[in-house]
Formats: sequence, C-alpha cells, structure tokens
Amino acid sequence: MILDIDTKLLKKNAYRVTKQRGITALRIRVPGGHLNIKYFDIIKEVAEKYGNGTVHITTRQGFEIPGISMEKIDEINELISPIIRGLKDEGVQIEDEEGGYPAAGTRNVSACIGNRVCPFANYDTTALALKIEKLIYPNDYHVKIAVTGCPNDCIKAHMQDIGIIGQVEPIYDPSRCIGCQACVKNCKRRVTGALTFENFKVVRDPNRCISCGECILKCPTSAWTRGEKYYRIVIMGRTGKKNPRLAQTFIEWADEESVLKIIKNMYDFIDKYIDKTLDKEHVGYIVDREGFKKFKEEVLKDVKLPKKAKVANHIDYTGYRYERNTIYD
Amino acid sequence: MGIELDVKSFDNALKILSKKYKIFAPVRLKGKGSFSDTDLVTYGEISSYKDIELSEKSRYSPKEVIYPITQTLFYFTEDEYKEPEIDDKGIIVFLRPCDANSYLKLDNIFLKNGPYEDNYYKRLRDKVKFFVIECTKGFSTCFCVSTGSNKFLDYDVFFRFDNDKITCDVKNDEFSYAFSGKEVEFTPEFIEKNEIEVKLPDIDKISQNLEYVFNHELWDEYTKRCIACGRCTVSCPTCSCFSMQDIFYKDNPKCGERRRVWASCMVDGFTDVAGGHSYRQKYGERMRFKVMHKIYDYKKRFGTTMCVGCGRCDDVCPEYISFIKIVSKVTDAVDRGESK
Ligand code: SF4
Ligand code: SF4
Ligand code: SF4
Ligand code: SF4
Ligand code: SF4
Repeated sequence: MILDIDTKLLKKNAYRVTKQRGITALRIRVPGGHLNIKYFDIIKEVAEKYGNGTVHITTRQGFEIPGISMEKIDEINELISPIIRGLKDEGVQIEDEEGGYPAAGTRNVSACIGNRVCPFANYDTTALALKIEKLIYPNDYHVKIAVTGCPNDCIKAHMQDIGIIGQVEPIYDPSRCIGCQACVKNCKRRVTGALTFENFKVVRDPNRCISCGECILKCPTSAWTRGEKYYRIVIMGRTGKKNPRLAQTFIEWADEESVLKIIKNMYDFIDKYIDKTLDKEHVGYIVDREGFKKFKEEVLKDVKLPKKAKVANHIDYTGYRYERNTIYD
Repeated sequence: MGIELDVKSFDNALKILSKKYKIFAPVRLKGKGSFSDTDLVTYGEISSYKDIELSEKSRYSPKEVIYPITQTLFYFTEDEYKEPEIDDKGIIVFLRPCDANSYLKLDNIFLKNGPYEDNYYKRLRDKVKFFVIECTKGFSTCFCVSTGSNKFLDYDVFFRFDNDKITCDVKNDEFSYAFSGKEVEFTPEFIEKNEIEVKLPDIDKISQNLEYVFNHELWDEYTKRCIACGRCTVSCPTCSCFSMQDIFYKDNPKCGERRRVWASCMVDGFTDVAGGHSYRQKYGERMRFKVMHKIYDYKKRFGTTMCVGCGRCDDVCPEYISFIKIVSKVTDAVDRGESK
C-alpha cells in the first residue's frame, strides 16, 4: 500500500499525525463546549465504523476520535458533513461542507457553562463563543481563545492567548440595604475585600472590585442589582515548554463589540508580524518579540471602547521557566 | 354589578387617579434579577396596564409601600429635630388577597401591639386604597386557603384581569368617577383550594406542650441547613422587625438623622445586646423563633395567624428550606404529642 499524504493538508483538515503509521485522529469542534446531541450519533458512527470505538474529550472541549485509517478521510468527511453544515448554519464561513474541517490552526473556542446554567455567570458564554467562532474560523493561525462567565474562571481563560471574563457593574441602592453585611463578609472572604461598612451602609472601592457580581447574588433585598454587562480581556497566557504563564488583564470594562473587534484585529497583527520562516508561531511569542505597545496599537485600531473601559499601560509578564525557576534540594 | 373595561379605558382611569394617588402594582424590572439575564418582579409605581406583571408572583411583597426598608424618622441638629414630610398623595395598591390580608397583619403589629400607634406606619397606612386582583389559581407554593387569607372583601375596587379583558367592581364610591364602561354581572371570586394544603397546629396544644415544642429535635436540622441569609423574612409580607440607626453626618457630626431599617430574626446581629452577647446563635433556634411567631405567638396575641400563606419564603430560600414543611412538622409533632 502506498501512502502519499500531504501532512500539512491533513493537519489543516483537523486530522493529526499520530505515533502509529497510517493512523490518524479527527478533532470535532464544539464551539462554546455546547453541542446539540443530534451530532452524537455521527460521532458515534465515526468512532465505531472507522475508529477504535473510543472518543477522547479534549481540553478545548472538542471530541477527538482516534484510530482512524488515513485512507478513510474522504469517507469520514462526508459522514461528518451535517456537523460542518451545523457550523455553517450558525454563520461560520464554510465553502465545502463535504470536505471536512477547512482549518485547525485557530482552536475551538471554549467556554464555561455560563448563564444558561451557572448562577455566578454574568452572561451567556456559549452565545459569545459562537460569535467569536464566526468571526475567526476558519483560520490557520494558532490561536487559543476561551470565554468564561465570571472571575471564577472555570474555563481557565487565564491559560489562553485571549481570555474573556464576564464582568457586571454592581449598582447599590442604599435605601434598600438592611445592613446585614452578607455582601461585605462574602467579598472579604471569597473575593477581594472591596466592600466596607460605614455609617450603616456599604461602600465599594472600585479599585478593588473585580466586578464579579457576588454581592448581587448575596443580597437578600436586591439593594445590589445588575448594571451593564462588561468583559475583562486577559491576554497572552500559555502553557508550553518555553515559558508558561498566566494571562494578564489587558482591558477592563470592554463591551461585546470591542471584544469582537479586538479579536479580529489580533489576526491582522499576527498576519503582519508573524515569522513566516517558521512552520508556525504562536501569537504570544510574536507579542514577546514585537512588544506589548505595538500589539496594543494594532489591536485597538478603530475600536470604540466604552467610557468606563480601562486599558493596561504595560504588562509585566514574568511567567515561569523550567530551567531557571527551581532550586532543587 | 361590575364594569367592563378595555385596556384603553383602564389606562385612562389610572391617568385620572394618578392626579390624586400614587399607584403601585407588581412590576417586572428587566435584567434586575439576581442572576444575569433574569428579571425582578417586585412592587413599583405604574402608569398603565402594561406595567402590571401578573404572570409571576412578586419576589418582594407590597409591604414596602407602607413600610419602607429605610425610613428616616427625624433629622436632628444640636437642639432641634424635624420629621420628614411625606407625599400629599394617596396610595393605591394593586394586590392579591393574600397580600391585602398581610396589611391587616401588619396593622396589628404597628397599631394594636401596645399603648401607642406607630405614627410613621399609620400616616402611610391611612392613605391606602385596596385595589384587589382576583386570584383564583395561585402559584405552586401558595397556601393562602390554609391560613384563611384567600379572601379579602374589604376592597375599594376589585379587578378581574382576563388577558386584556378587565372587569371591576367598584365598592368604594369615591372611585366611581374614574371607571366608566359597560355594566355587567360580576361576582368577585377567590381561590378555594391551593395545590398545597397545610394543617396549622392547634395553638392550645402548643401552649400545653411549650417545652416539648421548644426543645424538639426537628429544629436541629435547620442549624445545619439554614445559612441565615434572611431572604425568607425580607420577602415575607408580614415580617415587620426593624432596628434603629443613628447617623451622624460625616461633614458635620452635630447633625444627623435617625432611621429605622428592616431587620431579620434570621440574620446575625438581630439579638445583639450590650456587652456583646446575643441570643439564638444556632440557626435552628432562629428558625424556631420565626416559625413560632408566624403560626403561634402572633395568633395567641391577636387571634389570627400571622402568616398569610403567600409561599414567598419557600420561593426565595437558596437552601431549599420549606417553611411549609416545617409548619407541617410542627403540627405533626404537636398532634402526636410525644413528650420527651
Ligand atoms: S466561570 Fe463563573 S460563570 Fe463560568 S462556570 Fe465558573 S462560576 Fe460559573
Ligand atoms: S447584602 Fe444587601 S442588604 Fe445586606 S448589607 Fe449588603 S447591600 Fe445591604
Ligand atoms: S462585584 Fe465582586 S469584587 Fe466587586 S464588590 Fe461585589 S463581590 Fe466584591
Ligand atoms: S411566612 Fe412565608 S408564606 Fe407566610 S406570609 Fe411570610 S413569606 Fe408568606
Ligand atoms: S431563606 Fe432559607 S437559608 Fe435564608 S435564612 Fe431563610 S430559611 Fe435560612
């Protein structure tokens, strides 16, 4: 049997080169980590008929179906066409529905369960993930984005190139406050201690408040209520062998429109500054090389941030280096 | 006899009435629910039919209308004090029979509980006109029939809202001028059976077994389950406890005001006394205090159960503690009469 396969195209098609010759694995995208169960039948069929009867749940909330023979890729692509069409119906730009996934560089946009279920969530994370998917997929640039409903950050937005964290502005009506201090105690214990109790009323320090909305949830009288929805954008978190680090705040109090525009602009930034001699270059390393200032200028082009928005002046990444940080016994 | 109204004539009536009255009803506040993308249904001022929210029970009760959460009693300077003025307008409240009855329960506390009437309560309460909303289906946690609060006949105007068809019975002639429409046969109806039926305990039996009920192990469970958040009491239309706050203004501590603010027997601090002591530190003991007040102590004093059976306490408890279940447990325990 002759196997002559363009591995670049294979990878672009969301299959991978595995340790076993001739055997590949397919990654199914699940934007926002929320999937209509009607697609389960297809995933099951691929795994049973072409794979080894198992499926791996990926860290980015997709499904990876291992044990597939590379020769069957065309057949499988046809079989999964309803899933691809599903993406298209959501508004993702896809030309050939029968051809499988058109790109794999830009990873599945993952999301915590958000306000369809979670009481802490400040917005519908699945819906935002889908909006982002529409905006950036298909694309070959290696980018990881995740959206999370609140600063609990269950999806680990801090480990992404771009992490979106839901914010809400808590609005206080002193006339409804009975001084139970549930909000004060909770913010101190579980959040940042942004609230104090003075003269029988609650005072919020806006510089300490991370706009998580817990005070609103704790208040028995609705003295705290929800103001506008906003988003914190954290950037350039990563794992990897070189320099793992947590993402840090780039912007606070951004609105949805700005979030989408900034993400879009980041692709232009990558396009402009990526080292084309390399097979691939991760956006975080491009920013390391070109500098935060340049990144900031490029991604904020034509972005109309809300008045409340605060943009980081500089970001002091330290991160971690395997070969430097540990002093052994 | 009743009068049939359409939305337009109803709105017109509100407009006429609003010259002399502030008009309150359950309203839906978009996006103001505790959870994101949810609404808050509560009492608020209305100016038209579409402002009234009838499809959901209000989270907070209409007691806020006559007994605000924060009420300034007087302002003081070094040698003078002054009570704040109140609005000249009368007060119209659209409410269901259970909530209308809750006003009568509050009356007992504020007007008949001692030698003095509470003037701050009275001056608002005296303005109230009852515009009762017919409620024949109730909601899944209502038990107003069991508490005898399903009927309210002392209304000023009674309304049946049947989608956009509105029928009213104007009992208080004072309001005849505002409502005009076709005369129709109309008999107000009240709910006769809730989904939930609760047997209230016999208070004489409790009196005879007070120690037994007081020390009963049924309360222990709530020491573990209740988080003392106070939601049940804040949403209750008949909870009426308050505490006093003396505020000295920051810029000039010689001036200030005295306020009264709702308090809750479920929340820390309610029983704090000089010397740093407090009573009922266990949440189960607080639960006992609250429940017994609702179904026993109040009744012993005023001859009627305090609780009107609106079910709000069950609706709002984040720990899924059911007041209804507790009442049944008390009744059971009392009926079985097993002494320890
Ligand atoms: S990040 Fe917040 S909103 Fe999302 S699942 Fe976790 S707690 Fe809920
Ligand atoms: S939780 Fe609400 S009522 Fe209690 S102190 Fe805070 S704002 Fe006031
Ligand atoms: S939003 Fe969060 S951080 Fe801000 S005051 Fe409320 S609980 Fe504290
Ligand atoms: S105790 Fe519960 S059911 Fe009874 S009046 Fe209060 S909130 Fe309503
Ligand atoms: S609402 Fe529930 S948890 Fe909160 S104080 Fe009442 S019974 Fe306890």
